[in-house]
Amino acid sequence: MAGSHTAVRAVGLPRRTLLRRSSASLHRRPWLRLGGLLSAPLLWLGVAYIGSLAALLVTAFWSTDTFTGDVVRVWTLDNFAQLWQEDVYRTVVLRTLSVAVLVTVLDALLAFPIAFYMAKVATPRTQKLLVVAVLMPLWASYLVKAYAWRIMVSDSGVIESVLGVTPGFGLVAATLTLAYLWLPFMILPLFAGLQRLPDSLLDASEDLGARPGRTFRSVVLPSVLPALAAGSIFTFSLSLGDYITVEIVGGTSQLLGNVVYDNIGAANNLPFAAAMATVTVAVMVCYLAAVRRTGALDNL
Amino acid sequence: MAVTSVRMLATLSALTLAIAACGTSGGDEDTGSTSGGGFSAPDVAMLEEVGKGEGELNILAWPGYAESGQTDPSVDWVSPFEDETGCKVNVKDFGTSDEAVSLMKTGEYDVVSASGDASLRLIAAGDVEPVNTDLVPNYADVADFLKDRAWNSVDGQMYGVPHGWGANPLMYNTKEVTPAPDSWSVVFEADSPYAGEITAYDSPIYIADAAMYLKETQPDLGIEDPYALDEEQLAAAVDLLKQQRPNVSEYWSSATQEVSAFRSGDTVVGTTWQYNASLAQSKGTPVKTVVPEEGITGWSDTWMVAAESEHTNCAYMWLDWIVSPQINAEATEWFGEAPANLAACDLASDENFCDTYHATDEKYAESIYYWNTPVAECLDGRTDVTCTDYSDWTTAWTEVKG
Repeated sequence: MAGSHTAVRAVGLPRRTLLRRSSASLHRRPWLRLGGLLSAPLLWLGVAYIGSLAALLVTAFWSTDTFTGDVVRVWTLDNFAQLWQEDVYRTVVLRTLSVAVLVTVLDALLAFPIAFYMAKVATPRTQKLLVVAVLMPLWASYLVKAYAWRIMVSDSGVIESVLGVTPGFGLVAATLTLAYLWLPFMILPLFAGLQRLPDSLLDASEDLGARPGRTFRSVVLPSVLPALAAGSIFTFSLSLGDYITVEIVGGTSQLLGNVVYDNIGAANNLPFAAAMATVTVAVMVCYLAAVRRTGALDNL
Repeated sequence: MAVTSVRMLATLSALTLAIAACGTSGGDEDTGSTSGGGFSAPDVAMLEEVGKGEGELNILAWPGYAESGQTDPSVDWVSPFEDETGCKVNVKDFGTSDEAVSLMKTGEYDVVSASGDASLRLIAAGDVEPVNTDLVPNYADVADFLKDRAWNSVDGQMYGVPHGWGANPLMYNTKEVTPAPDSWSVVFEADSPYAGEITAYDSPIYIADAAMYLKETQPDLGIEDPYALDEEQLAAAVDLLKQQRPNVSEYWSSATQEVSAFRSGDTVVGTTWQYNASLAQSKGTPVKTVVPEEGITGWSDTWMVAAESEHTNCAYMWLDWIVSPQINAEATEWFGEAPANLAACDLASDENFCDTYHATDEKYAESIYYWNTPVAECLDGRTDVTCTDYSDWTTAWTEVKG
């Protein structure tokens, strides 16, 4: 009896360690619990994300001493005036937008059949293999893939020897390379979207006499539209800011990212680079607002 | 969703204001010494005596200028320096002159190997201090034609110690380009037989190459110095470069990029560095370099000491070390350029080293248009016009690339 009594005591009265005390105090104060849990991620979001964005916006209104390269911290709209007045920047922005749109369209066209096969046709085993295959290029370095394309499109490259012609270095090569690089980011959301689409809907459509084309237009496309929009956010925004691919396979062409980079590196004009970068931010805000209407943001 | 967005916006604007408040205060004094547009060196003190080493030295260098065996184990002149002086060395490489200028502004570095298109900017910003050449014994052996030049001194006061110099010759593929070119016209003229297979250097400073070509081909423009261009002359150079652009396969910004394009055959002719040419030849690509009749641009590099350096004694020891005959030979031969110290010629591993790079050929050295920083006060001495400065050149370069 005495033995069991001791055991009950041990369980019933826990030792009041520091850990236990703090745990109890946390239990009594839910706000402290929540704060402790969220402070690190919130700090990260606040400082690293929003803080740097704010710094970017502020810098865009400064200028540099043209000779010494020192930043002059006096408010001015000169950067935006230059951005607006010189034709070359408008050309570059338009060119960048067209490349980003083209890459997105190309990726959507390539990704849809692959995603559809993965989600609706393939056996579970093949499906798993295909997911791995789609993800595999992401294991290799971005630079390696871009340089591989540089070799492929060059004069003595594999495209020339197989097809007889090559686009050579230029915007075409840059668009193709970007479309290749971002393809997995389009396939995966589409695959997820198609998986959520019940097979019974496809069967019902067929039973009601719809041909495959009609089923695609009236059933599949509307239901995967949010997934498509979600994928396009990735392909569009990644293309919009890219400058390395253009540097490697773009020949003489420059995109928005290159102008930003040149202004940081070559010109040492951070304020103008910041002003140029706000264009990307503005475009993305508009794009996200448009995508939100499709409900894709709830789908991410 | 709407509430969240409003909150986000509020946070963002609050942060913006906060940053703006701390950022703009007292900014006006920073506008510096060049507000008048002319060039004047700020008053920075010079070292009077080299004392005991501080035990540390942070070097900002062109790749290949401060080797500690990291590229090739047998190429190492940093470790012996550490052993001899006790100054522990940290090396940071930079890729362009502009990168060097912005890195020097961090105040993290004690010495920098600056090309002429960076040196004046560093002097004007007060980032580097005058160098007391009496405290650098090996300075005496430096070729006279490298001393007191526009890119390394102000009013007869040296701001550094010359390291070496070289040119940007024309490289061509000997199989594809026949006869061998003797003029830059093959890269600049619209009817070049090598249209689509031309390369050019991806930097605003390349505008000087076009200006140099125009100096010979269009004397009416009155270009004297390719780094001193008034607005009309810059416009002419930009027009020439725009005419060149459709013929360009790609602009190169790194040695490996140019060499790979020559190897694959995408590029057969264009401006280069001797280093790139040697690299291409070592990989079996049939290329040669030539100095075209219109002349040639080039660089002349100077080791400078940071004004805010806390390791000034070690910095002076490095300056003397890098221009000493043996080390200057090793460093410049490894990179592929003419050494500043002529005594280095006899110590190079290749006995033809100095002939290859024309190191002792003063006439050749004088014929090079060395990289310089374009400034508003014309470098060629004209006072009736204002010249375009480097920021105009960068804008122009963006325009050229379209």
